[in-house]
Amino acid sequence: MSSPDPVPSRHEHETFLHRVEEEAAVNPFEGVDFSELEVSLYRPRTLLNAILSCIVTGMTLLALIPLFFVLFMLIWRGGQKLSLALFTQLPPAPLEQGGGFGNAIIGTLIMVGIATILTVPLGVFTGVYLAQAPGDSKLASGVRFSAKVLTGFPSILAGVFAYGAIVLTTGGYSAIAGGIALAILMLPTIILTSESAIAMVPAKMKEASIGLGATNTQSVWMVLLPTAMPGILTGVMLAIARAAGETAPLLFTALFSNYWLISHGQLNLMQPTASLAVLIYNFSGMPFKNQVELAWAGALILVALVLITNLIGQSFSRQQVQQ
Amino acid sequence: MSTGMAPATGPKTNLPNGGVGPQAKDEPIMDCDIHELYYGTFKAVRDTKIPIEKNAITAFIGPSGCGKSTVLRCLNRMNDLVRGFRFKGMVRYRGKDIYDPAVDPVAVRRYIGMVFQQPNPFATSIFNNVAFGLRINKYKGNKTEKVEQALKRAALWDEVKDKLQNSGLSLSGGQQQRLCIARAVATDPEVLLMDEPCSALDPIATRRIEELMIELKARYTIAIVTHNLQQAQRVADKTGFLYVDTTQGGRTGYLVEFGDSKEMFENPKEQYTREYVRGEFS
Repeated sequence: MSSPDPVPSRHEHETFLHRVEEEAAVNPFEGVDFSELEVSLYRPRTLLNAILSCIVTGMTLLALIPLFFVLFMLIWRGGQKLSLALFTQLPPAPLEQGGGFGNAIIGTLIMVGIATILTVPLGVFTGVYLAQAPGDSKLASGVRFSAKVLTGFPSILAGVFAYGAIVLTTGGYSAIAGGIALAILMLPTIILTSESAIAMVPAKMKEASIGLGATNTQSVWMVLLPTAMPGILTGVMLAIARAAGETAPLLFTALFSNYWLISHGQLNLMQPTASLAVLIYNFSGMPFKNQVELAWAGALILVALVLITNLIGQSFSRQQVQQ
Repeated sequence: MSTGMAPATGPKTNLPNGGVGPQAKDEPIMDCDIHELYYGTFKAVRDTKIPIEKNAITAFIGPSGCGKSTVLRCLNRMNDLVRGFRFKGMVRYRGKDIYDPAVDPVAVRRYIGMVFQQPNPFATSIFNNVAFGLRINKYKGNKTEKVEQALKRAALWDEVKDKLQNSGLSLSGGQQQRLCIARAVATDPEVLLMDEPCSALDPIATRRIEELMIELKARYTIAIVTHNLQQAQRVADKTGFLYVDTTQGGRTGYLVEFGDSKEMFENPKEQYTREYVRGEFS
């Protein structure tokens, strides 16, 4: 380290300076063909680019057609029948005119409500566990795998399961059984979205809370969950929106009813219960014009409900903390 | 808190520093004696003994990977969060070994607060950020007063007094770091650990934090890890220099020299220290 650096001789130094000057005098852009840089469709690269852009745009427009067509049909056919009576009246008997499906709207809301009450605590706490468990935890990876498999679970199987587990043991179709069948479908979505929302909370925030002397529980309740809340709510809303539109599980569990859930001032959740999805299924196949029109109106209202739920969910996700 | 380590937590308050009694002046408040420290099978630190004096600033300097942050994180058991962490040695706080199995690490951290390298405010209002420590300790007194006091101590009050309900994340980096300092001092810890608190800040914000540290040492004992030698020279009373030992295969950090900062920078005893503080290697 102490040996002195060799000092360049005067001659060496001058040669070096001369070389630097020489290099600077050469045009640095020589050899570049500037016509290469012009935009022209005659160039294969540019042409391919333009063609692919057209294809991608065209496919996107094509994909929009079914979506708009369905929405258009719903608004056109369902919109004609829209009236306050839909919300306040019971389904009509065959050949009867008018009527509504107030009981089905309430039935859908109640069964989705039951499913939400069952799944939110279960799903969110499971999400907390999964996000907090160490990477090599067997229980966590098992639960995560099951949840992923369950997300693709055919909804009719959830219905059959709830039929066997609840309907047969309690002795009849009921709103509770319907709610449980929907809960099976909602649970995996809530678990997985909660886990990812909690895992997205910056690690430094949990570190800060632990560093301030918070217990693990305090960190989860006061830092992780509040910070992850927008993401968790988005997941809950997506799960609700999916469950509200399910028909198959309800056919096996809640069946349908032409009456209100509340009779003689009492709410009875242990009786067959109407829902919008099953009403659409039943009425759209009937040979009566009035029922078919009601099915269209029911579909429009169901889509509106799902759309509103989705929009609420998206508004939550916009509040997500930026890291 | 039945940790047995609380000196005399007075009945008036349930905050850690509430009933701290007088202490012999020259007795260090913390005594860190690391024999061996492992992450899994990786030996990260060996033979490091650093006393931390009351109402002084102790700096840990050294090249990257020498384990200075690891040593700092031992002082309030933050390393417990790291899987595979194993520790042989002793960290005494007021004479009590905080690694004693009977000691609750959560309680330790309430006496020995921490400020991190990256400003890490919670995604909530400025007020709630500072009040967090009070909430987790179930502080019964006037929270508003305590929050104001902490923000004043962190030299942030004048900048935020009209927007306490704004998000802590809306502040600039330097303000966020001072918010984190306010959050840490709100519960009156006795010791403040700072892990490269200025490395994510610009020079002006760094200057403010340094001035703040010197103000704070009247009330708190401060231990700081820094990459910045000038910073250690400017603020620290005592400095410990850690270096990496690669002779035994791994990269194990150890304490080379410890002493008064002035002495360390002007007249280091060890050759490694001399080369490091002169910038001859890093």
